[in-house]
Amino acid sequence: MDLTKVDAIIENYDGDATSLLAIMQDVQDQENYLPREAVNHISAKLDVPVSRIYSMATFFESFHLEPRGKHICTVCMGTACHVRGAQRLVEHLERDLSVKSGGTTEDLQFTLEEVNCVGACALGPLVIIDGEYHGNVTSTRLTKAVKKLKTRKGGE
Amino acid sequence: MALISNSAKLRSYREELVDKKNKEGKKVVAICAGTGCNAYGSPKVVAAFREEIEKQGLSDKIEIKPTGCHGFCERGTLVLMHPEKQLYQRVKPEAVAEIVEKTLKGGEVLEEHLYDEPNTGERYKTEHEIPFYKHQERLILGKNGEIDPTSIDDYIAMGGYDGLTKALELGPDAVLEEVKKANVRGRGGGGFPAGRKWETCKNAPSDKRYVICNADEGDPGAFMDRSILEGNPHAVIEGMIIAAFTIGADEGYVYVRHEYPLAIERLTIALAQAREWGFLGKGILGTDLDFNIKINRGGGAFVCGESTALMASIEGKVGEPRAKHIHTVVAGLHNKPTNLNNVETYANIPLILDKGADWYISKGTKGSPGTKIFSLVGKVNNTGLVEAEMGMTLRQIIFDIGGGIPDGNEFKAVQTGGPSGGCLPASKLDLKVDFDSLWEEGSMMGSGGMIVMDDKTCMVDVAKYFLGFLKFESCGKCTTCREGLRRLHELVTDISEGKGTEETISLIEELCDTVEAGSLCALGTTAMNPVLSTLKYFRDEYMAHVNDHRCPAGVCKELITYEITDNCNGCMVCAKRCPENCIAGEKKQLHVIDNEKCIKCGICKDVCKFDAVRIY
Repeated sequence: MDLTKVDAIIENYDGDATSLLAIMQDVQDQENYLPREAVNHISAKLDVPVSRIYSMATFFESFHLEPRGKHICTVCMGTACHVRGAQRLVEHLERDLSVKSGGTTEDLQFTLEEVNCVGACALGPLVIIDGEYHGNVTSTRLTKAVKKLKTRKGGE
Repeated sequence: MALISNSAKLRSYREELVDKKNKEGKKVVAICAGTGCNAYGSPKVVAAFREEIEKQGLSDKIEIKPTGCHGFCERGTLVLMHPEKQLYQRVKPEAVAEIVEKTLKGGEVLEEHLYDEPNTGERYKTEHEIPFYKHQERLILGKNGEIDPTSIDDYIAMGGYDGLTKALELGPDAVLEEVKKANVRGRGGGGFPAGRKWETCKNAPSDKRYVICNADEGDPGAFMDRSILEGNPHAVIEGMIIAAFTIGADEGYVYVRHEYPLAIERLTIALAQAREWGFLGKGILGTDLDFNIKINRGGGAFVCGESTALMASIEGKVGEPRAKHIHTVVAGLHNKPTNLNNVETYANIPLILDKGADWYISKGTKGSPGTKIFSLVGKVNNTGLVEAEMGMTLRQIIFDIGGGIPDGNEFKAVQTGGPSGGCLPASKLDLKVDFDSLWEEGSMMGSGGMIVMDDKTCMVDVAKYFLGFLKFESCGKCTTCREGLRRLHELVTDISEGKGTEETISLIEELCDTVEAGSLCALGTTAMNPVLSTLKYFRDEYMAHVNDHRCPAGVCKELITYEITDNCNGCMVCAKRCPENCIAGEKKQLHVIDNEKCIKCGICKDVCKFDAVRIY
């Protein structure tokens, strides 16, 4: 990755090591995951051990150390979604995308993730596809949405 | 130079705003733009209204205002027309032209957009007539339907920052007395009186103090804090400034979940405005109060809702809790006295200052004054955010406001308090909801999540769900929590798979005691609540899993079988959709599931239009 981008982010926080979490979040927002070279670079710049950055990255759920897919499907696993069948939707997407929850397809097209709760509980069960919220989803609607993304990929 | 340099200036500024609004005399159309309604397509509805108003040359008569969450998420997108407060629900962009033409211009009521009560079919014209709103006391949430969250002027025009000017006139000691008298208890779940927290923090010797707002709303099934931040961020900011003034802090943080992008966006705008207008910064409103607020985004760890873990996270460390021999109000962030309250608690503060503690304690119950916002979700007709006076019964909330259980199913339980709370059965429906009553019954208020469950919800599965959640979210510092929760999850999983015995149940109960006794923070010490409360109130259901290898609710996969009944007319849809190709049958003939191959995904039941798939 372009390390000057990382420099710009660090600059935004005046190179302050207590802003480590925010810096890591901003880097991830740009790259969709935390690349190893970015971690090394942050470590050198802020004078924070790499081990500490990795301990943060593995502690906080929002960080990813592997590249993620072009399309990200996130199933909300909040209690309201759970009692309305969220677990079955995860299993459904695992079959449709041929990837285990938490994983990314080999062609780097899809990542399937779970989230504890996004606070749109009235709409449960809820799946977020590329930032768009799909409320009261059914397996049929999910299959359609995934198919649409897959065909779009073919059309490109 | 700040726009508002002192209290007198604020008053005259407000008068100007109100005068201007009165002179313009515009009809306001408030369209809910909270996360829920946005998911239904609210931005398109807003755009359609704006376009139509422009087209019809009504821009000087009608104002289109996207607002925060109105609460009635079930019926989004919500369109509330002021001043009559006429409510149109489930509005789609296609309907907008007709609404503008007939209702806004012609004054005609379009029946099809009115709320219709699911049980009686009756339609209601205005917001306050609808049962969902009628039984609520919307002290905090009410403003969400009137304020544009990106406009500080809207907030000021409605009396915003008046609480702050009163506080500045009263002085820190008198403010503290007022907050103590109001007995506002921590809305984040603990229920600890905010006034006492403020007092200890104020009296702790130090040259530096912090104020933190906990917006790391981690309880799954709760979204009241998100909606306050999205809909009325200035109320929270004002509450924090009053707290800072009272305890003598000059720096503040809002720790907000990264899963709430819209809340972060609105809060960022609100903070910038508050700085520009002079409510934050140096010499606030001409006094010697200096205070500023920064936003910290959480990293998606449930445990960071705990005060010491949250502070560690702000310091740029891993969010692990520490023992609180010395409380954070004495030694918190950077080892300095730190006052931490929840979003909803801060939002209550301006109200208390504005209307007085005596007025505040006239609401709610003696031990728990005021209102509480609940997220009423799950198997209930009117899902959404509900603000009720403390002391309302569960029945009133779930049936009068929530409209009961959908699809003619039966109420089974309500889960309150998130992963630290418990499940209460039908026999507890007349329980008055306040901090103490819920605790006595083995549950807790928590941040106000209220997940309703019907007879199709398995309580063993619910216990398993929460243990799975907590096991994953345990930070791992305390062995009893880290290992105990794993073992508990395995034991409950055994039961859900029909491998449990009565001994498994006693082992679960014993282990619950250990986890509670040996853990530092509330994650561990309350982790047994979902298990113990379901065991207490739904033991029969556990026994059905153990003795009969049966899941009465038809949820636990290992113990259920799908079957096609005589209702089947052979439409073949299920056979086509079955991922395992294990449904056999000819057109117009009864279909049969091969149970050897069935993976119990439930798709056949979902797609069947003839209710022919049964679980037994």
